[in-house]
Amino acid sequence: MNAADFPVLSIMLAIPVVAAALCLLVRAELARIIALSATLLNLVLGVLLWLNYDPAGAQWQFTESANLFGPIGWRLGIDGISLTLIMLSVFLMPICIGASWTSIQKRVGEYMAAFLLMETLMIGVFAAQDLLLFYIFFEAGLIPMYLIIGIWGGQDRIYASYKFFLYTLLGSLVMLIAMLWMIQFAGTADIPTLLNTDFPAEAQKWLWFAFFASFAVKMPMWPVHTWLPDAHVQAPTAGSVILAGVLLKMGGYGFLRFSLPMFPEASADFIPLVFGLSMVAVVYTSLVALVQQDMKKLIAYSSVAHMAIVTVGLFTFNQQGIEGAIIVMLSHGLVSGALFLCVGVIYDRLHTREISRYGGLSVNMPKYALLFMLFTMASVGLPGTSGFVGEFLSLAGAYKVSTWATFIATTGIILGAGYMLYLYRRIAFGPQVNADAAAMSDINGREMWLLTPIAVVVLWMGVYPETFLAPIRRDVATIVARIDRAAPVGDSKLKLVDPTTARYRVVHDAEKNMAEGSH
Amino acid sequence: MELNASLSLVRPEIILSFSALALLLLAAWREQAGRLISILAVTALGGAAAFVITSMMNGTDAPAFDGLLINDAFGNFSKILIFIAAAISLMIAPRFLENAGAMRAEYPVLILLSCVGMSVMVSATDLVSLYIGLELQSLSAYVLASFVRSDGRSAEAGLKYFVLGALASGMLLFGASLVYGFAGSTSFSAIGAAMDSEVGLGLIFGIVFILSGLAFKISAAPFHMWTPDVYEGAPTPVTAFFASALKVAAIALTIRIVLEAFGSQILVWQQIIIAVALMSIIIGAVGAIGQQNLKRLMAYSSINNVGFILIGLATGTEQGISAMLVYLVIYVAMTLGSFICLMQLKDKEGGYREEFADISGLSKTRPALAAVLAIFMFSLAGIPPLFGFWGKLVVFNAAVAADLLPLAVIGITASVIGAFYYLKVVKVMYFDDAADVIVESDDKVLVWTGGVLAAANSPLGYLAIPVLGIWTAYAARALF
Repeated sequence: MNAADFPVLSIMLAIPVVAAALCLLVRAELARIIALSATLLNLVLGVLLWLNYDPAGAQWQFTESANLFGPIGWRLGIDGISLTLIMLSVFLMPICIGASWTSIQKRVGEYMAAFLLMETLMIGVFAAQDLLLFYIFFEAGLIPMYLIIGIWGGQDRIYASYKFFLYTLLGSLVMLIAMLWMIQFAGTADIPTLLNTDFPAEAQKWLWFAFFASFAVKMPMWPVHTWLPDAHVQAPTAGSVILAGVLLKMGGYGFLRFSLPMFPEASADFIPLVFGLSMVAVVYTSLVALVQQDMKKLIAYSSVAHMAIVTVGLFTFNQQGIEGAIIVMLSHGLVSGALFLCVGVIYDRLHTREISRYGGLSVNMPKYALLFMLFTMASVGLPGTSGFVGEFLSLAGAYKVSTWATFIATTGIILGAGYMLYLYRRIAFGPQVNADAAAMSDINGREMWLLTPIAVVVLWMGVYPETFLAPIRRDVATIVARIDRAAPVGDSKLKLVDPTTARYRVVHDAEKNMAEGSH
Repeated sequence: MELNASLSLVRPEIILSFSALALLLLAAWREQAGRLISILAVTALGGAAAFVITSMMNGTDAPAFDGLLINDAFGNFSKILIFIAAAISLMIAPRFLENAGAMRAEYPVLILLSCVGMSVMVSATDLVSLYIGLELQSLSAYVLASFVRSDGRSAEAGLKYFVLGALASGMLLFGASLVYGFAGSTSFSAIGAAMDSEVGLGLIFGIVFILSGLAFKISAAPFHMWTPDVYEGAPTPVTAFFASALKVAAIALTIRIVLEAFGSQILVWQQIIIAVALMSIIIGAVGAIGQQNLKRLMAYSSINNVGFILIGLATGTEQGISAMLVYLVIYVAMTLGSFICLMQLKDKEGGYREEFADISGLSKTRPALAAVLAIFMFSLAGIPPLFGFWGKLVVFNAAVAADLLPLAVIGITASVIGAFYYLKVVKVMYFDDAADVIVESDDKVLVWTGGVLAAANSPLGYLAIPVLGIWTAYAARALF
């Protein structure tokens, strides 16, 4: 399959749009089927994309270019980083549709249409190679998400939808001005060209801040994270999955694609700011998560803590840290998505998110308890699950830059174990105090089909992360090479020693000892 | 010979004037022929537009009547936009006015006369011709505002508009007399030449008064007070006409006088325009928040949009003017579309509803209408991928190119406040419980024009970007 004669990215963008239009016209049952087939079709295309992606080939593959919209170039293309995030999006989408299969009963066609549009916009964000096109996809996601939270959300959905919309809009608009300035400075909106444009150091600071305003809100970083718990709690289950799974990744992707390679000097200057905010976020949001009574809120705060580890990893300026950050993003997308699904499973039965209303579910819902435990462990970062790989790599990378930041960020893992295990204990273990919770049936086939694929990928990523590291390795190396000139000097002062000689010395000493001992 | 040449340059205005007079005669005999006369008026506008398009294609750029008027690409571009907006205002009106018991033959005639005035305004290159055009347009507008005589609000709107409009005209005239006194001429080019040298205090006073009068006409803050009352009181098709065609004409006139007469001294007027722009953006956004009436909301929205348009003027560059024209085109589509949606809000008794409470839960009872109105609201808020985003983008791009970064940042940040009340409309329609007072519209004209305008505001509109870019750049070049 040749990229030139098969515009796979455009087709992946078009399928959900067409399906969304159809969904608006047909009745509920048909809309569900159309949405599921469209997202599965996109998943198949995504797998083909992955199989045909050549990690050793050109940096940008599957490129397309058309001049339909004047100054807004329809230029698409992906590198390994985009590829993994697109895979994450197309993988989670059918699961989201499945999760809404029975729980959404009103205005099904519109609901499915909103989700399908969301899918197009997410793929577009990761595939856009034109700054303005990226911005359009990035910002347009607000509309369907606003409707999803506002129409199908919980009690306080209106407040949450407004907060989500206006918060993110304010952040992005400043970025738009910065983008316009960059386009005028460089004379092009082509992202690959801009990636190699050196902006003046003074301008970089302002540009960096403008981009930071947008991505920090999207990420979200402390102290602009407050929209996230509201949005998560009020959104329907699938909305939370897509928010945590993919939308938050746009912030990290933005840092990785724009802030770091385009403004390396400014990024290096603001490392203390990013690390400082991340350290506060890790400790503060973990502690907040510890006292939550609402399951979704707890997972939302844990998302902020995990995203803080991503920001620490990204701003390490080294291969390990950035690779780790990407793996944390992928892992968090899967794990927190799965956790929200787990919450959705019991919410559908009891219609409450309050932790104390459950208890002892491992007795009457053993399969559920098993899967929930797996995702809890993955969220904690247990070796063998995806969470471990990413957190270990990004913290190892961070250690080279700042031991203190690493130390404090690592407490987040301990605190994370604290609040996640505490959550799990209160829900799955202990006496069955609530009769209605004790009477709930175990997960059915549909729910099994939603959770098992995620469980498989979580284990796969934990046991053999190379599958996911291979496509990103070269692209991370490109970024690291680009920003190396501004890389910070670490405080851990690691000495690079040739491992072969090091081993020799140890052996030598041992031999000497033995020799001495024989005397 | 000179006269003939001049007359041939103002063919569109001649066509419109004679059509208006002929239709007035027809109206005198057939009082009830409102619909027929409307159709004829649309035809006349089409004929006039054909001539405008021809001279635009030919690249005509010639002064007429010894420099009183000019036939150039900028004026022609504005005229096309004005005629389209006027034609749509004519098409959507008959059924509405019939319901209100006020469909008389004078309505299309007044619109045509107003169009003549607006054509003169956008091609005026002299303070005198400018004033004549402006007054012809304004007097027609005052009558149109109070066209539903039986409705107290409409009469009040007309009177308010007249009194305050006269005040603004007075200010404009006073400014014009000062400028004439200190510059020694009423012709834009002569004023421009006089301003090449030193600018005295008297001249600055004149410029301030002229700009204040014009700010009133384009309903820019701090001269916006009349807008909500007039927009609310006037019959909705007339409000749509005010918010689209009139605004285009007044803004085009402002562009021309600022650039051709005062253009050489950018520092004199730039701060005024920046202040007016930012005030309009903020007052338009904040004022709209508490409104319960949708027409008042749209009035504040128009104030807000004028602010964004003026950012283009503040740059004083060719790119800025071209951006303003792009914005104007999109704005006309958005605002006409929104008013067309509001006109479809009819209850079972056939009365028109215009409160927030009436559209509560509209998406459940009338999904298509709600979706179309939501498109316009998101577009007005400038959220991509809707086309309104492109208008804001080009304007801010021009501001960034002209190194007006603080203006761009403040302006775009303030647009978040505006987004709040556009979102409120969507929220009321989509998130609230259904009030179920609005019935299916039986007016196919409204449904279809609304649908077409919504399609233009959807991402499909982006396909028009290259064409729009070429034509606006061509029109803007005529001023430099």
